[in-house]
Amino acid sequence: MDEIEFSSTGSGWGPRSEVLAVGWGNSCETVRWLLPRGLLNSCPAGVASCPASSCPFPSPRSPRLTLLESVLLLGPRPTTGGMEFSELIRTGRAQAKLLRGPEAPPLRGTLCVTGHHLLLSPGPQGTSDLWLLLLRSVDSIEKRVSGDSGTITLRCKDLRVLQLDIEGVEATLDIARSIEGLRLGDAWHFHPPERYYKRVARETNAWRLSEVNEDFSLCLSYPRAVIVPRAVDDDALARCARFRQGGRFPVLSYHHAPSGTVLLRSSQPLTGPQKRRCAEDEELLRAVLAGARPGAPGFILDTRSAQAAKQARVTGGGTEAKAAYPGWKRLHRPLERGRPLQESFVRLVEACGDLEQSMDGWLSQLEACHWLAHVKEALSTACLAARGVEREEACVLVHGAEGTDSTLLVTSLAQLILDPLSRTMTGFQELVEREWIQAGHPFQLRCAHSAFSHACPKHEAPTFLLFLDCVWQLGRQFPLSLEFGEGLLLALFEHAYASPFGTFLCSSEKERCLCEVRTRTHSLWSGLNQPKVRRKLRNPLYVPNPLAIWPSVEPQSLRLWQGLFLRWIRPPEPSQVAWEKVWQRLASKEKTEGCEPTSKPQL
Amino acid sequence: MEHIRTTKVEQVKLLDRFSTSNKSLTGTLYLTATHLLFIDSHQKETWILHHHIALVEKLALTTSGCPLVIQCKNFRIVHFIVPRERDCHDIYNSLLQLSKQAKYEDLYAFSYNPKQNDSERLQGWELIDLAEEYKRMGVPNSNWQLSDANREYKICETYPKELYVPRIASKPIIVGSSKFRSKGRFPVLSYYHQNKEAAICRCSQPLSGFSARCLEDEHLLQAISKANPVNRYMYVMDTRPKLNAMANRAAGKGYENEDNYSNIRFQFVGIENIHVMRSSLQKLLEVNGTKGLSVSDFYSGLESSGWLRHIKAVMDAAIFLAKAIMVENASVLVHCSDGWDRTSQVCSLGSLLLDSYYRTIKGFMVLIEKDWISFGHKFSERCGHLDGDPKEVSPVFTQFLECVWHLTEQFPQAFEFNEAFLLQIHEHIHSCQFGNFLGNCQKEREELKLKEKTYSLWPFLLDDQKKYLNPLYSYKSPKFAVLEPNTVSFNFKFWRNMYHQFDRTLHPRQSVFNVIMNMDEQNQQLEKDIKDLESKIKQCKNKQTDGILTKELLHSVHPESPTLKTSLCFKEQTLLPVNHALRTIEGSNPADNRYSEYAEEFSKSEPGVVSLEYGVARMTC
Repeated sequence: MDEIEFSSTGSGWGPRSEVLAVGWGNSCETVRWLLPRGLLNSCPAGVASCPASSCPFPSPRSPRLTLLESVLLLGPRPTTGGMEFSELIRTGRAQAKLLRGPEAPPLRGTLCVTGHHLLLSPGPQGTSDLWLLLLRSVDSIEKRVSGDSGTITLRCKDLRVLQLDIEGVEATLDIARSIEGLRLGDAWHFHPPERYYKRVARETNAWRLSEVNEDFSLCLSYPRAVIVPRAVDDDALARCARFRQGGRFPVLSYHHAPSGTVLLRSSQPLTGPQKRRCAEDEELLRAVLAGARPGAPGFILDTRSAQAAKQARVTGGGTEAKAAYPGWKRLHRPLERGRPLQESFVRLVEACGDLEQSMDGWLSQLEACHWLAHVKEALSTACLAARGVEREEACVLVHGAEGTDSTLLVTSLAQLILDPLSRTMTGFQELVEREWIQAGHPFQLRCAHSAFSHACPKHEAPTFLLFLDCVWQLGRQFPLSLEFGEGLLLALFEHAYASPFGTFLCSSEKERCLCEVRTRTHSLWSGLNQPKVRRKLRNPLYVPNPLAIWPSVEPQSLRLWQGLFLRWIRPPEPSQVAWEKVWQRLASKEKTEGCEPTSKPQL
Repeated sequence: MEHIRTTKVEQVKLLDRFSTSNKSLTGTLYLTATHLLFIDSHQKETWILHHHIALVEKLALTTSGCPLVIQCKNFRIVHFIVPRERDCHDIYNSLLQLSKQAKYEDLYAFSYNPKQNDSERLQGWELIDLAEEYKRMGVPNSNWQLSDANREYKICETYPKELYVPRIASKPIIVGSSKFRSKGRFPVLSYYHQNKEAAICRCSQPLSGFSARCLEDEHLLQAISKANPVNRYMYVMDTRPKLNAMANRAAGKGYENEDNYSNIRFQFVGIENIHVMRSSLQKLLEVNGTKGLSVSDFYSGLESSGWLRHIKAVMDAAIFLAKAIMVENASVLVHCSDGWDRTSQVCSLGSLLLDSYYRTIKGFMVLIEKDWISFGHKFSERCGHLDGDPKEVSPVFTQFLECVWHLTEQFPQAFEFNEAFLLQIHEHIHSCQFGNFLGNCQKEREELKLKEKTYSLWPFLLDDQKKYLNPLYSYKSPKFAVLEPNTVSFNFKFWRNMYHQFDRTLHPRQSVFNVIMNMDEQNQQLEKDIKDLESKIKQCKNKQTDGILTKELLHSVHPESPTLKTSLCFKEQTLLPVNHALRTIEGSNPADNRYSEYAEEFSKSEPGVVSLEYGVARMTC
């Protein structure tokens, strides 16, 4: 088989020339850079290079690897070798001449725009190499049109200036537009824990940012930096971590400035059958209460039933003993997780697919799948946690067993109820990043399969979807209080399950670091925050609301999220048309307000 | 007043029906001749009309007092705790008496006085004119005529006087047919579709028994199908379940035998009777009244109540009717047993699907007036206005409103009115505050002299129109000429805002409608401002250009004209601030922020000048 190999020695490489195209049969075992038809247009990652030494995958058989691979390397291998490169791309193609400065000779060939690259293929008779430019390295773009040809000037981040002479005015404009559109945001856009800490630090002095998990040695699923009570030092944290499952010692999730109390999350303590205790863990929770308003009570909200929590002792888990944590009171609120939740999801989707069923059949299926019951439970538990923080002015620690699923569901929803900032577009993205992605929700495992998969579910659970559904219910009850619309929730749902962006890749910060997700993929947030996309995802009716929003959780107030579950089933909904009308009105309002009043009268 | 023993009780507690904590409001309970009034410590008033009370219950004495539970026909449920048992007993007895009147004359409508004089009241009654409505539909015409057969309510007591029948149906045929129909309700026109020349007709069941036939009736049906020049066959829709219709045969009633009638296509559509509907609603209310209801109990309760199934059945029937006319161009005759419950539902919903006029505020009033009030839906019995047979009470009209609500949910842009309008109408079918829904048929209403003694609801609703407008309504859109709803099961939802109207805790806390309405209002104001300003500019320009134009025309042949143009620009610009000042002096609201923003925009704008130049340039070409 012919090998296509592109060297990085050519002069046409962008600054981030890890953009390495490696032919099949290359020495790198794990990540092969294939160039099939679909890949170039929908290439997920920035393009992979993988020096074997820093290969993040310990074994090619690990399930994570196959997952990653499937995301990074879509599509089949081409079977015919030696085909012209540009043949592989269908769109955004034009004949062009590339001028690379006074020294280098001009290049002629076919210009293609792919999802992430600009390619110039010299054609079969051409002698020179194929020329590639990562679109992300383009700093500015300028287009000029004269006669029936155009010129695009690209100024790159490495200070290079490139000029493309393109045949055809349409083609020029098309290509310029594509480059403009695909250039995306600059840096890998994400919200580090430091950012939230800055906000907390403005409000209180009782907390500090600890980098004790810098090398992920304490906790595999926590980020590098976490927010902990100032009074507790890193050594104590290390011992705490050993007392909690997966090392997830209690960390700050949300500081509620008006009451001076906090929302914490962790995993279950490893009390085990011998009812072990940990002085540092007890000290940490004592410090939490001491740092809050004097006399503030503490609540430990266990997302398992009392019985399940007790049973967990057999396998080394358990709950905080009452005597060991003075000032803390334990509450149990069982939330469904894991397989039952996945089954509920599957059954609901099944029910939604059956258009012929009778009224009674539909209602009984809706009841039997229990999805809305899970929504109600999640929302009311979040309300309970939020109420504790706001009304009771108490510190609330939320945990279940691992603390990576229902715990996050509760803490993130409670924040949405309490914190007006988290209801803004940026705030919500930060919340998802902080409370789900950074907090170590194992997206790779939970979202490996959706509702149609025949594969027997192992780790799959639609916890994140349940969160989105609850947010949707909040948005329905407070239609003016969320800055984002249903569109953002649908986008997050889609991207959590399959995404050309790297944001939801991997199951923890550690894995993301090992896979170099941040350097090799694009961030979903940059994609969503492009002005055009952002505008679409906005809620046109948003009015900032500084109050807490307490939803009704009565079954009469909850509704099936038709926009998601019946999205592909129901005919184009007239209510969507109605929403478009709301948009139009908004636009016309903006227009009238900014209108130039003298445009009409003419003599 | 003789029923009222205690008029005021203090320290009464009002419990929240759904709150899990035993939160309560303390206040004073007043009993008036028409209302029960509760004023809480925040001075918030809760008014309950005696006629709205469906059920009063005194529960077992508790430590805090005597609980009194009042269930209303508008689905309000209040739970008082009266400190002394004697007070509670007095109020209980008074309410029992006051909520069930024996005579029409004791109803609220006969004492309600909205401070209008006689001519205003009469005008109110004339607001809805059915003759006008039939004219709008295009009857009388060459095929349909007004019949005077029922002028003195001689043939049918429960029909109105004015009835439209096929022109070829003679009086003997009508009389003969009416004798063959239950309660004399022979086939008459309900809606005429002008474009399709097809008709919706309504009647009651035939007295066919197992074998009886009536030639006049057969002729009348034939006349109806002949009145449709396009399609010779007609549909006969029996809205009952087949089993019910067959059971009726044993009592000498039944349904049309297809062999006896030429060119009919007979169809059952299976809507249950009033008793089934009553108990279905009862079950629904029991389920959703449960405190701390779980999701599973809610949905299994919703299912076992069958309520949404019934709603779907009514909707499906209406769709069948609309399709017969739109797709097959066939006339349809609709009946049930007596032809005043299910028939009213199906005919009115069918017309609503076919004719966008009925989806306007005024049109909806006309529709109710036509298919429900005039054709003798027994409002007083179905709503239990008087102390009567509880077996006659049934939420038939409520179902109709719910079907309309489901349509508004599916077609948010097709209706001029919003949900509040439907709720308000529902409120008043039970309130007995206005005369429209009193009595069971037109004859009875005339005898009660309702038009002289009571007021009509419609003008009051029209006055308040603004509250009932749907901001998303787009009347022009041809998409919504005929509605084709999708009755797939998941399109039917529990109507929370009806059955939990007064349980505010269950409602969304913010209303999109209100915001859009406000936005619209602002927009209109702004647009008005623009128009005002534009017309002012125009005036000013006209004054100027009258002078300049002639000059300009002269100059246009000379190349020097640009200098003039600049001077023109200059003049025009200096003019603007003056204009602005004028506007302010005239007294537009300066506090209105938007206006001032707009004014700024205005004062710095140059395009006015540009457009003037264009205008001039065109003229010189």
